[in-house]
Amino acid sequence: MASKLTRSDRAGWLMALPGAGLIATFIILPFFLAFAFSLTNQRLASPNPTEYVGFENYRDLLGLSIFTLEPERNEAGDVLVDDDGQIEYPRLRKFTRNNPDYPKLQGKREWFSWQSGENRTVVLASDVVFMKALVNTITFVLVVAPVQAGLALVLALLINQKLRGISLFRAVYFMPVVVSIVVVSILWQFIYSPGDGLLNNVLSGLTFGAFQPRDWLGETSTALGAIIAMSVWQGVGFHMVIWLSGLQTISPTLYEAAEIEGSSKWQVFRYVTWPGLRNTAILILIVITMQAFALFAQIDVMTQGGPLDSTQVLVFQAVERGYGKQDISGGSTISVILFVIVLCISLLQRWLTRERN
Amino acid sequence: MALVSPDNRGLRLVTRYAVLILVAVIFVFPLLFMGVSSLKPDQQLLSDTNSLRAFLPVGDISFDNYSDAFQRAPIGVFVLNSVLVTGVTVLLTLFVCSLAAFSFVFLDWKGRDVIFTILLATLIIPYETIFIPLLLMASQLPWIGGGGIEFGWLNTYRVQIIPFIADGLSIFLFVQYFKDLPRELIEASRVEGASWWMIYRKVVLPLSGPVIATAAILKFLFMYNQYLWPLMVVQAEEIRPVMVGLGYFTDQLNVPWGEVMAYLTIITVPVLAFYLSLQRVFIASVASTGVKG
Repeated sequence: MASKLTRSDRAGWLMALPGAGLIATFIILPFFLAFAFSLTNQRLASPNPTEYVGFENYRDLLGLSIFTLEPERNEAGDVLVDDDGQIEYPRLRKFTRNNPDYPKLQGKREWFSWQSGENRTVVLASDVVFMKALVNTITFVLVVAPVQAGLALVLALLINQKLRGISLFRAVYFMPVVVSIVVVSILWQFIYSPGDGLLNNVLSGLTFGAFQPRDWLGETSTALGAIIAMSVWQGVGFHMVIWLSGLQTISPTLYEAAEIEGSSKWQVFRYVTWPGLRNTAILILIVITMQAFALFAQIDVMTQGGPLDSTQVLVFQAVERGYGKQDISGGSTISVILFVIVLCISLLQRWLTRERN
Repeated sequence: MALVSPDNRGLRLVTRYAVLILVAVIFVFPLLFMGVSSLKPDQQLLSDTNSLRAFLPVGDISFDNYSDAFQRAPIGVFVLNSVLVTGVTVLLTLFVCSLAAFSFVFLDWKGRDVIFTILLATLIIPYETIFIPLLLMASQLPWIGGGGIEFGWLNTYRVQIIPFIADGLSIFLFVQYFKDLPRELIEASRVEGASWWMIYRKVVLPLSGPVIATAAILKFLFMYNQYLWPLMVVQAEEIRPVMVGLGYFTDQLNVPWGEVMAYLTIITVPVLAFYLSLQRVFIASVASTGVKG
């Protein structure tokens, strides 16, 4: 409502200007520049003028083809098999390198493949490393978001008891949040180190020596999982606190009513606590998702994307191109793809958790 | 209704504390390992990980790692840079964002609602998606220095500070807080002829202690722990912050782990001490980001 007392165009603009101007310059402008650069061949420093290249950067990253390899046959039409009994196929290179009959396969490389009858179906990608980064990032988010949110809720319920000294425990559970993820990553390298590492020792102690030590960060099957576990450890206290503030907005009279009715603990949680946490749940899922997509420092410190690209992620790829190779356009293209995914997922979460009336 | 026997209650209490303590151990042990290891020579540090000795200050204990670490890298400079960059950014954030929020909440002006909506929308842009174009901008932005206009912000303090002064979350926190202040107070001051600047300074700011603490703590944690941005824009040793300074220790052929632990302890313990002394305020700050979001 406008009143003469508060109407003031000049003062209003002047006071909002520093904040609004800085956000426009350092957040909104680079945001739109990312879109603009992704359509060019912009480099950090280059003697050649920048050119518009359309969607070439996107094609170079996202290009996929499915191709079916048919077995090599002899003149009689029989399938050739090698000494080990494996079916022999023509080499992929014959199709992907300068083969005018297959222009769509030009420059692509094998991402993965599977057997179908005597044929072999191959999925080729223009940029296999990017595809792995995309899949790893999405895996990371899909695991971290529910696990971290769930564990944070368990911790919040644990800390919401009325016990002497409970605020000390709350302070301790929150502690990793104030420690830099860079510091945490270095410390956890000792936990995950092969052979005599802390985790290997604990596990072999618990199983009375039956556990075989692993190289947690050095094996493709465990590296991403190890980084997920550490990330949850570091971040879970943050969301515990947000759950806790949600828990404390639930009116105590509801709990008293449930007690009078003789509800079980599970019933209290299901019918009193959980409905009161709806909005908190949406917020937490969105915040964790956004934070999880930004995964970078853990990878940079612990694995550099390895082993065999099993921990490649989008921000690491964007930095490797934009900063490492000074390819601003390539890095920007990955940034745009990342942003579009984050946006879609937050909208989807909002839609899935909407009020159903 | 069954009566709960005293024994049973005692047992339940013990179980509850046992669970709480077990979880606490999970959160504390890596930090304990860090502090304890910083006192051990490399050889012992590595061999101790096969037993509980990893968490005990036993064996050949000394502060040698600390003095060696100070010899290897200009740690004082790194710490000073981090304190300077973090401190200046926090102060500027408090001023710029509270002023903007004041204008959004208490003043009526043309375009206010549109601009506020746009600023709120920026909350969905993760910094990591704008760092690459921002890197190019930073390499070409102008600055008025001693010798007239110069171009390029790389390897400066300003490139570590200015882009992070204003952000949607800080403004949003102030707006939420200001909305709950009594409007009559502001209107009464207006009637008495106070300028907007006076009202901001003398009426609103003195009432804003809690939100100032919240915004300051969140910005402090973000700035002190920044890694990716300074990694890209700061190469010069004399302006490096602590997280990037870590490279002096970890980029070695034979990583001096004792010194690494000493360095990590130096850059982490002050923050932990600060947190523990103000833990209620820290936790309330994080909680307030969730209440009305």
